Amino acid sequence: MTQSFTQQITFYTEDHEWVTVHGDLATVGITRYAADQLGDVVFVETPEVGKVVKKGDEMAVVESVKAASDVYAPLSGEIIDANGKLADAPETVNEHAESEGWFCVIKFSNGAETEGLMDKDAYYEFCKGQS
Amino acid sequence: MADQTSDDLRTTPLHALHEKLGGKMVPFAGYEMPVQFEGVMPEHLWTRAHAGLFDVSHMGPCFLFLKDGLGEEGAHEKISAEIEKLVPSSIATLKPGQGRLTVLLNEDGGILDDLIITRMPDENLQGMLYIVVNGAVKQQDWALMREKLGDTCQLQTADDRILVALQGPEAEAVLTPHFPEAADLTFMRCAYIQKEGERYMVSRCGYTGEDGFELLLPDNETGLGIVDALLADERVKPIGLGARDSLRLEAGLCLYGHDMDATRTPIEADLKWLIQKSRRERADFPGAEKILGQIANGPAEKRVGIRPLERAPAREGTEIHLNGEKVGMVTSGGFGPSVDGPVAMGYIRADLTEPGTPVQLLVRGKERAGEVAALPFVKPNYKR
Repeated sequence: MTQSFTQQITFYTEDHEWVTVHGDLATVGITRYAADQLGDVVFVETPEVGKVVKKGDEMAVVESVKAASDVYAPLSGEIIDANGKLADAPETVNEHAESEGWFCVIKFSNGAETEGLMDKDAYYEFCKGQS
Repeated sequence: MADQTSDDLRTTPLHALHEKLGGKMVPFAGYEMPVQFEGVMPEHLWTRAHAGLFDVSHMGPCFLFLKDGLGEEGAHEKISAEIEKLVPSSIATLKPGQGRLTVLLNEDGGILDDLIITRMPDENLQGMLYIVVNGAVKQQDWALMREKLGDTCQLQTADDRILVALQGPEAEAVLTPHFPEAADLTFMRCAYIQKEGERYMVSRCGYTGEDGFELLLPDNETGLGIVDALLADERVKPIGLGARDSLRLEAGLCLYGHDMDATRTPIEADLKWLIQKSRRERADFPGAEKILGQIANGPAEKRVGIRPLERAPAREGTEIHLNGEKVGMVTSGGFGPSVDGPVAMGYIRADLTEPGTPVQLLVRGKERAGEVAALPFVKPNYKR
């Protein structure tokens, strides 16, 4: 799968994941804010392709020097791609959190689930409240 | 990622400085402490290459001394006889100014804390010991000492002062303009410096595997001035607790409450070297029967280094398996920036402690390859 990062990120979650929707596919990663909070990322466990996830499931794990943090599925569906580059270059998450540091692509099954997600402005406001 | 409430937390004399330097503050051992400034990775690597300044004022420095007869003949032997009731190391044989790592023991030989006990260097302070215990358990430790030690002793806590550790290969060069005495100290030796009405303890020790010093300074303008002066040196950066943890893990050093606790003896924790021959022969420390039995017959489990062979870190609580059977548990684990890979330590069945023994690490339900490894992961840089 070829990723195009010219697209605007469409949604954000309160768990600091970003979601870019293209048709019935959603590319998912963690936000720049989250990557900065985590510090140096040393390992990413991306979900297995073919796995079916429900919204809110623990889907992936990102490990910094300090700790392991769960990444949750922002939408229900099937994982159809995972970013293999992160296995050898986990630092990509710090360098390009919201583009090349993507985690996986979900073929989502329920478009209505996007309604609970935040847009960019709402997410920025949300982050302000966190610090 | 919301932080815990910080209402009930104590602060150290350096709290305002941490905030000024941009430290990310977290609750730790009842205090609000900086977990990082610039980031764990760069701070860790800086300390290994230059000098890092750590605020460890949350720890429990104290002085134990004879109420009567300080400086008199036999004073050190008297105070040693008291503290040796609680620890398995020989304190009596310390030379003036020499310190020793040891452990407080319960009656079962379990470890209540690890601590450094130092004999004061000055002639007129013989009969006094400088002791530093862990911050998280300092109140229990002090209560235990007050309960178990005779009426001839008095304990004076000093955790209201500034305690900082300057660690790294450039620590000596940074410190000697301020304390020339530091250059003469070798590993685990201390100087007691009195200057213009102030008193300073300078000990050549630390918990990073690097050469360095711990400084007990007064909580006043003079003490703060020394900290400011050290930080003004371009070879020094402030370092948070995050890098302190990754440094000590690479150095193979135990963290109390994780790699040792009241259920583990010094033999299981691979700290047999703490117990000098004279104490083994006298067998007069708490839990001596059990501990000497383990020395003779070997413990059922022992602390070892664990090297995950894949990139996934094996954190505390990770089960260690061999052919599907649980044979141990990781007690500290993470990423070692100087090793550039994951490192861990934990307890494993005694017949599997040989470095190179292959094991499986159950990380999030998935078995990943690992092996038993020799400790430390990074060669220590102490000045002997």
